[in-house]
Amino acid sequence: MAFALPTETYAGKVYEVTIGTDKTATFGGENVLPFHNFEGTIPHKPLIAYEIQDVPPEDWPETLRKVYEGKSADPVTWAKHCQDDLKAEAIALRLIGTHPDRENRSAEEAAKTVSDVLAAINVPLIILGSNNPDKDSQVLVAASEAAKGRNCIIGKAQESNHKTIVAAAMANNHKLVAMSELDINLSKQLNILITQMGFDKERIITDPMCSALGYGIEYSYSVMERIRLAALTQNDVIMQPPMMGDIGFYVWKVKEAQASESDLPQWGNLEQRAIGWEAATAAALLLSGAELLIMRHPEAVKTINSFIEELI
Amino acid sequence: MLIIGEKLSIIAKRVREAMMKKDKGPIQEIAIRQWKEGSGMIDANIGPAEDGGEELMQWMVTTIQEVVPLPVCLDTTNFKAIEAGLKVHNNTWGRALINSTSNDPERFPILELGAKYNAQVIGLTVGKGGLPADAEERAAIAAEIMARAMEYGLPLEDLYLDPLVLQIATSQDHALKVIEAIKMFQEMNDPPMKTVVGLSNISNGCPKHIRPILNKYYFIMLMNAGLTSAIADAHEMAEAIREKPLVDAVIEGKTIEDAQKMREIKKTLEVIMGSTLFAHSYLEM
Repeated sequence: MAFALPTETYAGKVYEVTIGTDKTATFGGENVLPFHNFEGTIPHKPLIAYEIQDVPPEDWPETLRKVYEGKSADPVTWAKHCQDDLKAEAIALRLIGTHPDRENRSAEEAAKTVSDVLAAINVPLIILGSNNPDKDSQVLVAASEAAKGRNCIIGKAQESNHKTIVAAAMANNHKLVAMSELDINLSKQLNILITQMGFDKERIITDPMCSALGYGIEYSYSVMERIRLAALTQNDVIMQPPMMGDIGFYVWKVKEAQASESDLPQWGNLEQRAIGWEAATAAALLLSGAELLIMRHPEAVKTINSFIEELI
Repeated sequence: MLIIGEKLSIIAKRVREAMMKKDKGPIQEIAIRQWKEGSGMIDANIGPAEDGGEELMQWMVTTIQEVVPLPVCLDTTNFKAIEAGLKVHNNTWGRALINSTSNDPERFPILELGAKYNAQVIGLTVGKGGLPADAEERAAIAAEIMARAMEYGLPLEDLYLDPLVLQIATSQDHALKVIEAIKMFQEMNDPPMKTVVGLSNISNGCPKHIRPILNKYYFIMLMNAGLTSAIADAHEMAEAIREKPLVDAVIEGKTIEDAQKMREIKKTLEVIMGSTLFAHSYLEM
């Protein structure tokens, strides 16, 4: 008797999300667990967005900063470099300079940056605030208006500030990142609150919060895996938006991505180690269900792209 | 079903203030109300009570039993306070219940107290190492506690096994595991072991308006699993008993007349059974 591969069938399906207007990108849409293409259909590969920011990356470690040397002094040049030279399929602009403890740039300045970047690129743009809930509720509203009609992703809306950000995303026809802090029940609750405002659940991207390898990744992995299982096996419509992993932001601040080889010779070459750290974190979250990754180092992105090619 | 009235707890501000001031009024008022609502025992939770615990527990026991013909559940981690409470407990109204021992060796002497004062003891199925992972682990710990009870001379009929109810908002999968544990505990002896839960912990951390709903329907599911007693709000439990036929009908897959109630019961059973992911607004979905 011939061997029949045992397969699962799932009740639910992840929403398909398309972003951008000129060149678009689509992710999600699968009705199976990550890379289980032998059990169903995975119409789109996970999307990787290159992260840039509104201020020069002086806070990024040297290993990473030097990759963008001469390209990252202003966000427009940086965005064009990612799109034209690195062939980015999407760009994530983090408005970190608006944080009150940083440059404290105003919402108007942030909106100007968004307009300038959008004028220079034709790939989809993801617009992220500084994760300061109060400031984000001003900055992301202005940024959202500046990006009107470009079908961007705006984020991150958190429980404390979701009302203004949801309203802005709704008014300007964007997609929205909903971020909760590593708690599956609070993640569902935030998605409910957002949909109760009249925002379509099919336009949400869930961010259950990323953690770097060695710094709690098992929590991120477990929450994401359980969200995906709820979406697929329980057909939980609130948990069916695609998920995002904000990889670079969490990876490049950990010790393993920064400590020099002279300080810790047993840890080996810093550059390889740091790239590996970003790639390993990204790979783990892809396997737990992420469909959208925000990443920083081109070599790590390359590694993950070939990882996806192998598995899909 | 024995309801152990939960309202006299140091966590409640009004009760705490009355305990501090040794003001009998509020304590007795609450005790009487719980008795009238159907409690068969009154829980006296004085917390860790490191200072003056002995005196406080004695005051609580006598204050309660002055006005209510019921036994008292002595709820504290302070060993000496428990013994002091047992010394003044009036057994005319029934035997005291000690809350609690566990599989932590430091808590074993509690069993000795139970045997010495002819009191009953709650055995919380946790060890020193943290929370039990599933029903099987709870049963394994229960077996340890039972062996220990026999060793210390406490009859198994006087031991109530408590599977430890966890919050549904943070540990949803344990809601069902506790129900399974209640079933398993009964199998562990003949006559079946008695069981108890701290019921309202299931809804701890949930929005106020859904707490009674979760408490009541969870109680009914535990009752159906054979639960013997619960530390709970007697008023809420009386309501639960009245609503039990409706809940049982929904469990059997029948349609009940009140559509709103039907939705409420169905959605709540689904989160308890773990077939829908819990969120604070689960009833609104």
